[in-house]
Amino acid sequence: MSFLSIRNLSVRLKNGPPLLRRVSLDVAAGEVRGLVGESGAGKSMIGKAVLGILPPSVEITEGEILLDGTDLLRLSPKDSRRRIGATCALIPQDPLTALNPSHRIGPQITDRLVDILGWTRAAAEARARDLVAEVQIADPARVLRSYPHELSGGMRQRILIASAFAAEPKLIVADEPTTALDVTVQKQILKLIAGMQARHGTALLFVTHDLGVVYKVCQQLSVLYSGMVVEDSPVADFFAAPRHPYSAALLAATPKYTDPGAGLHPVPDAVIDAVRAEVAAFDRGAARG
Amino acid sequence: MLDGRSMIRHRAGLRLWLPVLWLSALGLAAILAPWIAPHDPLAQDLFLGRLPPFWVAGTEPGYWLGTDSLGRDVLSRILHGARVALLVAVTAGTITCLIGATLGLLAGFLRGWVDIVISRLIDIWMAFPPVLFSILLIAVLGPGLTSIIIAIVVIDWTRFARVVRAEAMTQGAMDYVASARVAGRGRIGTMTREILPNVLPTVVVLLTLEMGIAVIVEAILSFVNLSISTDDPTWGGMIAEGRSAIHQSWWVLVFPLIALFLTVLAFSQLGEGLKDRFDPVLR
Repeated sequence: MSFLSIRNLSVRLKNGPPLLRRVSLDVAAGEVRGLVGESGAGKSMIGKAVLGILPPSVEITEGEILLDGTDLLRLSPKDSRRRIGATCALIPQDPLTALNPSHRIGPQITDRLVDILGWTRAAAEARARDLVAEVQIADPARVLRSYPHELSGGMRQRILIASAFAAEPKLIVADEPTTALDVTVQKQILKLIAGMQARHGTALLFVTHDLGVVYKVCQQLSVLYSGMVVEDSPVADFFAAPRHPYSAALLAATPKYTDPGAGLHPVPDAVIDAVRAEVAAFDRGAARG
Repeated sequence: MLDGRSMIRHRAGLRLWLPVLWLSALGLAAILAPWIAPHDPLAQDLFLGRLPPFWVAGTEPGYWLGTDSLGRDVLSRILHGARVALLVAVTAGTITCLIGATLGLLAGFLRGWVDIVISRLIDIWMAFPPVLFSILLIAVLGPGLTSIIIAIVVIDWTRFARVVRAEAMTQGAMDYVASARVAGRGRIGTMTREILPNVLPTVVVLLTLEMGIAVIVEAILSFVNLSISTDDPTWGGMIAEGRSAIHQSWWVLVFPLIALFLTVLAFSQLGEGLKDRFDPVLR
């Protein structure tokens, strides 16, 4: 059974247009699911909905978010928060704003373990030292005493990864964790996340717009267009033969380093028109009820 | 050679220590005024009226900064006036800060209806002309120290509320707040542990500015005779009295003005100095 199961989730701007259109997807325990799509397709929105951090300007109109079999949307805010906190974590997109500038690194990792999960301070500190060493940071003791601004972007992203794994979550949502980093660091961070995920057996919902990343880390893939899941396939099948014309065009649009003469292949207008028609047909269906 | 960072540090040092020096000297003088003031600030002696300050010919020894038209010692009156000025600055500034910053933090972080109520309240409040509003308030409450403090709090809390609300909103959109929420921090915990420490430097700067403003407001109200009883020396009151005799005895106007100027400047520079000190990026 899947650890996370999203069923027919619809989200819209309050009194505005829909942002997610009956999205369904599953993440089995220990599995990595990629979530790709253009900017604004709603991929981050799914991660935020799962973690209960949707912005106040949007609302969930229908659907279920089953976490280990329990529908989070039926729980009280307090209970769902407790359940999410005990089993899930976030690796955010921008390492520069994801650490509190006023606190030292050490307490940022340990305070949550102590305050919320009831660990002893000594246990939490030992855990933080182990994790910081595991994300390959030299001189962990010094880094744990540092303020975020004293560390580089790549270093901060390593800290965020360590922090996400601190409480041994069952599921981590990684929201474009490498987008804000430069390419050489991206590769290291990606390897690090994949390695940590495999060692800890954590399920991962990996939001990205980079199919190359999906190929390297994910087992399952959902392709989104305009808040609709247009393809849901195992990664191997997707790269062999994408089922939906839009995801095929998306795959064809990925630049090939092996063939620099081939040029760029933007998604053809005809494909865009077709997928937009699908979205419009969905909205008409939804309007009829 | 100083590099950029130590330049900032160096300047921050002076900006911090000069105001601290002036304000603590003034604070000490205010507390000890009854013992260190050379004369009774209320004692009149018409034979000693309009004595010039010590470096001008025709002065009497012991009256360092001269006397006013009633023969009252200017230095003693400035020292006693500092008591009122600093008391108003500290109490009015602190209360204004606590009320305004709390409301701003709640509005900026909780958003929703809390924000709507507080924001509309701020809008309505700011539509009142502040000077008229304070005069009206004093007229209703009656003159006195408490009335001045209440008037300043009632008028100026919006200054804190607006800035802190905006700052809390900016901080609230940061990923570290999302991470804290995911980890299971409640709303109040997130507000006090994550947001507040990052808003605090701004609050401290505003607080010192507000103390400067409080000194000015007190002076303005004394100037228009709405402050404490007219017998007690206040800087504003002295400036008002000095103004009418500016051609005969400029020192009655100028010395309290200098004290006022230096104090307000010290408060605003103290804020800047503290901000540089608090900012973790510069620390």
